[in-house]
Amino acid sequence: MRPFAYERATDVRSAVATLSERPDAVYLGGGTNLVDLMRLGVVSPEMLVDVTRVVDATIEESAGGGLLIGAGVRNGDLTADPLVRGRYPVLAQAVLSGASGQIRNMATVGGNLLQRTRCSYFQDTSKPCNKRRPGSGCPAREGDHRNLAILGHSSSCVATHPSDMAVALAALGAVVHVEGRHGPRTVPMPGLHRLPGDEPDRDTVLEPGDLITAVELPELPFATRSRYRKVRDRASFAFAVVSVAAALDVADGVVRDCRIALGGVAPVPWRAELAESALRGAAATAAEFGRAADIELAQARPLRDNGFKVPLARNVLVGVLTDLAEAR
Amino acid sequence: MRVTFTVNGSQQTVDDVWEGESLLYVLRERCGLPGSKNACEQGECGSCTVYLDGSPVCACLVAAGQAEGRTVRTVEGLSDTGLDPVQEAFLDAGAVQCGFCTPGLIVQAHDLLERVPDPEDAEIREALAGNLCRCTGYEKILDAVRLAAARRTAK
Ligand SMILES: Cc1cc2nc3c(=O)[nH]c(=O)nc-3n(C[C@H](O)[C@H](O)[C@H](O)COP(=O)(O)OP(=O)(O)OC[C@H]3O[C@@H](n4cnc5c(N)ncnc54)[C@H](O)[C@@H]3O)c2cc1C
Ligand code: SF4
Ligand code: FES
Ligand code: FES
Repeated sequence: MRPFAYERATDVRSAVATLSERPDAVYLGGGTNLVDLMRLGVVSPEMLVDVTRVVDATIEESAGGGLLIGAGVRNGDLTADPLVRGRYPVLAQAVLSGASGQIRNMATVGGNLLQRTRCSYFQDTSKPCNKRRPGSGCPAREGDHRNLAILGHSSSCVATHPSDMAVALAALGAVVHVEGRHGPRTVPMPGLHRLPGDEPDRDTVLEPGDLITAVELPELPFATRSRYRKVRDRASFAFAVVSVAAALDVADGVVRDCRIALGGVAPVPWRAELAESALRGAAATAAEFGRAADIELAQARPLRDNGFKVPLARNVLVGVLTDLAEAR
Repeated sequence: MRVTFTVNGSQQTVDDVWEGESLLYVLRERCGLPGSKNACEQGECGSCTVYLDGSPVCACLVAAGQAEGRTVRTVEGLSDTGLDPVQEAFLDAGAVQCGFCTPGLIVQAHDLLERVPDPEDAEIREALAGNLCRCTGYEKILDAVRLAAARRTAK
């Protein structure tokens, strides 16, 4: 690991000022991704600005009838929060499905959103990788990409976004509160993460110095009927091969409204807007759920070894929606 | 860098800590507490599990500076007198082979039983999902946690 300085931020404005002046500095949340990547040599910042004592770590009701979750809230506390569990079960389930108890106790909401891809070439500094070293190439395209993207990828990068939490937040239409050089602003989800295009080194739309301060969940009464399902290579403690976050509003056998996002399939948490609009007003039946899934997945461009994710995503999506339609 | 924190009930000040050191390194190499083990250094095996402000974390992924002013409890500090019931249960159930995973499992199981005194098997498995053991096949470890739970509730 290269030498670096460690600084504990005393307030939000000065943290933002420090990072705006020093392009070699990065924020430190729980460190569960950053410390790992520094040890692997994937990133070598010259300064860490620890923000865990300055960003809010509480969960409160928001003025708009939703919830305001501080960026410093630990992932473990998020899964245990009664308001989150009661009103947005999909979010509690998604976070609980990720990592281990020890990691969730340390990881923060802000850091979880900005965790980097688990593409093995990205993590191996002896290999080329456009995301790590722009212009060096993408060995995953022809190499090991079984677990990489089927949607939204580009010729320069086919990685997936690893966060389970972000999939639930994208489905719920969360709004990310950011403090930047020019003051506070909000960034809607989906919309925080960006597709790679020919700039795969930029995971998000955030600018240097931007600090995530909170995540706001909109009021969404039917999210009490929501669910996260994650398919992985072993029963626990693994990243998603495919995951689905969904909320469903059904009355008299008809879908009044729904929210759907897919994980493990794209460089961003993938909001399934085509499937959602195909379902609004449709009968809440497995056949209609399958039709909506097919419409969404018609855009898929699987790679040589990950075509299995297309039917897998379809099946998981139909399964989750069917369960939600039957749930009372 | 100087780091001052509370370890197993007593305040410690450690000087000349390099920023790149992990909490695990500081505990093992500077505080003389080799109980927590260093195996993967990637958060994957749980053998470095310690309590940080009352919650178990992987000490290998905690930068030394993050421990400043906080409270750490390691496997050495679970009991002031002899062994904690979880430690005894691991011995009695034969849940220890090479022992490398044991300290992390004990801290994680200790936390589970503090929160859920009488856990279902599924809860034990989920709580210990971040602790890998190459030797035992986990059955004896589950036995040990069940035994510790039974003894604790009987008390
Ligand atoms: C073994 C292991 C297994 C895992 N399994 C899963 C899994 O199955 N599913 C899953 O979703 N995740 C998984 N994770 C990833 C884990 O969820 C992330 O490491 C964690 O959420 C990152 O949060 P952190 O606070 O520790 O971030 P850090 O490591 O501190 O930071 C991550 C990034 O975010 C930036 N950052 C942090 N806070 C802020 C802020 N407030 N504003 C702006 N930038 C910020 C940092 O600069 C850094 O670039 C796993 C991790 C490990 C080690
Ligand atoms: S898929 Fe993206 S992250 Fe993986 S090697 Fe290619 S450029 Fe790098
Ligand atoms: S050494 Fe920390 S989790 Fe393996
Ligand atoms: S007893 Fe050897 S790793 Fe668990």
